[in-house]
Amino acid sequence: MSTPIKTVKSSARPGRSLAILAVIILGLLVTALIQGATSVKLGLDLRGGTSVTLQPRASNASDKVTSEAIDQAVSIIRQRVNSLGVAESEVSAQGSGTNRQIVISVPGDSGRRVVDLVGQTAELRFRQVLATGSGVPAASDTSTAATPVNGVTPELNAKYASLDCTNIANLEGTGTDNPSDTIAACSRDGGTKYILAPAEVLGRQVSKAAAGIATQSGNQWIVTLDFNGEGTSAFGALTSRVTSLGAPLNQVAIVLDGLVVSAPTINEAIPSGSAQISGSFTSTEAQDLANVLKYGALPLAFDRGEVQQVSPTLGSEQLSAGLLAGLLGLGLVLIYSMLYYRGLGIVTVGSLAIAAGLLYLLFLVLGETIGFTLTLAGIAGAIVAIGVTADSFIVYFERIRDEVREGRSLRSAVESGWVKARHTIIVADAVSLISALLLYFFAVGGVRGFAFTLGLTTLVDLLVVFMFTKPLVTVLARLHFFSSGHRLSGFSAKSIGLKNLTEKVEA
Amino acid sequence: MSKLTGLGGRLYSGETSFNFIERRRTWYAVSALFILLSTAALAIQGLHLGIEFKGGSSYTVNKATATVEQARSAVESVGISGELIVQKIGDEKVRVQTGALTSAQSKAVEAALVQEFSITAESIDTQLVGPSWGKEITQKALYGLIAFLLVVMLFLAMIFEPKMAIAAIVAVVHDVFITVGIYALVGFDVTPATVIGFLTILGYSLYDTVVVFDKIRENTKGIVASGKMTYSQAVNLGVNQTIVRSANTSFIALLPVGSILFVGAGLLGAGTLKDLSLALFIGLAVGTYSSIFIAPPILASLREKEPAMVALSKRVASRGGAPVAESAVAGIRPSIGRGPRNQPKRKGRK
Repeated sequence: MSTPIKTVKSSARPGRSLAILAVIILGLLVTALIQGATSVKLGLDLRGGTSVTLQPRASNASDKVTSEAIDQAVSIIRQRVNSLGVAESEVSAQGSGTNRQIVISVPGDSGRRVVDLVGQTAELRFRQVLATGSGVPAASDTSTAATPVNGVTPELNAKYASLDCTNIANLEGTGTDNPSDTIAACSRDGGTKYILAPAEVLGRQVSKAAAGIATQSGNQWIVTLDFNGEGTSAFGALTSRVTSLGAPLNQVAIVLDGLVVSAPTINEAIPSGSAQISGSFTSTEAQDLANVLKYGALPLAFDRGEVQQVSPTLGSEQLSAGLLAGLLGLGLVLIYSMLYYRGLGIVTVGSLAIAAGLLYLLFLVLGETIGFTLTLAGIAGAIVAIGVTADSFIVYFERIRDEVREGRSLRSAVESGWVKARHTIIVADAVSLISALLLYFFAVGGVRGFAFTLGLTTLVDLLVVFMFTKPLVTVLARLHFFSSGHRLSGFSAKSIGLKNLTEKVEA
Repeated sequence: MSKLTGLGGRLYSGETSFNFIERRRTWYAVSALFILLSTAALAIQGLHLGIEFKGGSSYTVNKATATVEQARSAVESVGISGELIVQKIGDEKVRVQTGALTSAQSKAVEAALVQEFSITAESIDTQLVGPSWGKEITQKALYGLIAFLLVVMLFLAMIFEPKMAIAAIVAVVHDVFITVGIYALVGFDVTPATVIGFLTILGYSLYDTVVVFDKIRENTKGIVASGKMTYSQAVNLGVNQTIVRSANTSFIALLPVGSILFVGAGLLGAGTLKDLSLALFIGLAVGTYSSIFIAPPILASLREKEPAMVALSKRVASRGGAPVAESAVAGIRPSIGRGPRNQPKRKGRK
């Protein structure tokens, strides 16, 4: 190598970089405090729980899996899972576009029930209301349904009377109602119970539904729906039969998953196939009802991809094992760099400490803002990244030594070495980032957790190298201990390999 | 330690030089042998896939007194056909693995285990995987792999040179292939965590190669104009100059991975940590090898075919002796009167 030696201008302003980094750390700290985030959110594999991955497929060959259908499936399943009343359960679609999986995570022991609950296909049905009453059980007061209406057996009548819609177990939405049966059912909010006639119109006979504002009746939110050919005649027949009857027989219940979503009164026969539901809806309620009508009959069936249940015991074992491995790995890296780089090892220790602190704060803040949870694979990603982060320092330190070997003074070598090392570090980290991004978008479950922390730590690495390591080395190079090539500084002539040139480097 | 650092200086100046490029045929032959072995192992033995890929169910009972025999007889009493693997994991657990089961069958197995060991169903760690699920994730992993190779090749071609991109990708494919081959040969379980490990190797091996290539790029800048050394010699110098870093980096990367492996295999017995770190451990070793012995020689082979480089080689040869060792492997050259670093220096340069 015979690169001509140029004088590098010392344009470095270590103070400013360090100040910016301090502001970033302080900002994260304040954000975490404001959010009240005190601990990192742990994934199910670290605290115990059940996760189910569902693979959507079209329920019949002519249909396609659409992105909208997946979104709707997520919201229906979320409704079902929430009805279990388990805090912090989560339903999300992972992947991109129509090639997505639905992942359901329920922490704690109660997750077992989820497995039985979620895979069923929701189906929307229209049933005539035969009787209605308040959602509480009326075992002692039989007056509400003392005389069963036509087609209601005494057994069903008794079941209806004792049905307790305030019990959350009855609001799970089992979806097991047979369309040709007369059934007793609760409303979704648990406030009302019904006896319902056999289904006359099915969800798949609805062709369109939308929420809108009816301007002529005082800007009320309404839901409009259109039926297909089959649905038009069925709905026409149903409405013309019930409209002249007295309450509650003139109501038609919209039933999803065995629960009554809405039970509008039919004001007139509707033979046209276009209906309008009005009521005192809020915009969200109207939108929800429209969605139920539009997608209630899921055009999707699910293959159960994977069910994983981790007991809290195993969870805490994995957590402590992961942390132990992390500490052990970090400790070994620190010891090695102190032995090899001597004084410079302090820079490595400081940089890794800053990187670890930043990462912890980011975990806290991201847990609150985007619901980031740390999984075992994520911990592994972070541990692997210790190596990548440490390598950035090695690349830089070796470059500085190269520059000193070229005959530069330490202060100059720190700057000119940085210019070259910077390029290498950026390119190498970019490759790391690309692999993290692609892994994240192509993979499911655990791999995503791994990719996320790997990507995050690579970014933290860049930040730390630019804002901390480099400025710190610049400051240290001004100290006599390092610039004189002290035996323990990591820049002694001996350790750099300038045995025969010692007298030229030392002052 | 100080021996290594001293060596770093000698390698940097070219005082000590390992001739990696000249002996490239040897490295190619070694790798070809490994690839052949891997292919044979894959063809004959195949990979030992975990239930995540072939579908199946796994139940882990957390009870120190539980024995394999008890668990086997309990599950057999349920009457499930097909493969049944019962293993003791660590000191405190017994794991039962079966083929793909229906929900009802799975419940029956759990009930049998609950009864046999008088434990609660919640304390059993369960994993149920549908039969088509493995295909799904395998396909995703493959798409990811292809996308990764393409994107990285484009990126490297942009940052470095197209031929460097080719050499780097060949080295990466080489690494993954040999790692997978070792898995087939030894018969380690392949789980999604193993796949994460394989994919990380891609990134890591490339990272390593990038650092070496960055130095080579610097060394070969204006090489034709100066006519001091051939392309191969410049590549060799670059590899020698970065070898201390490569050794350091690989060692430092192996420290945390080794500690995951130690904790994962030693304390937990089985699972994500062990699978991941084992794949990484093997992959890192192969990756370090390829970033020194495979990627740079391939780059040299590719570039030496260019007319400009052929002409350069002739010119250098006719001058009789290049500044960088043509000499024997690890031969030590006298370090006299060459280059600015051997000239007297002024002190206090800024």
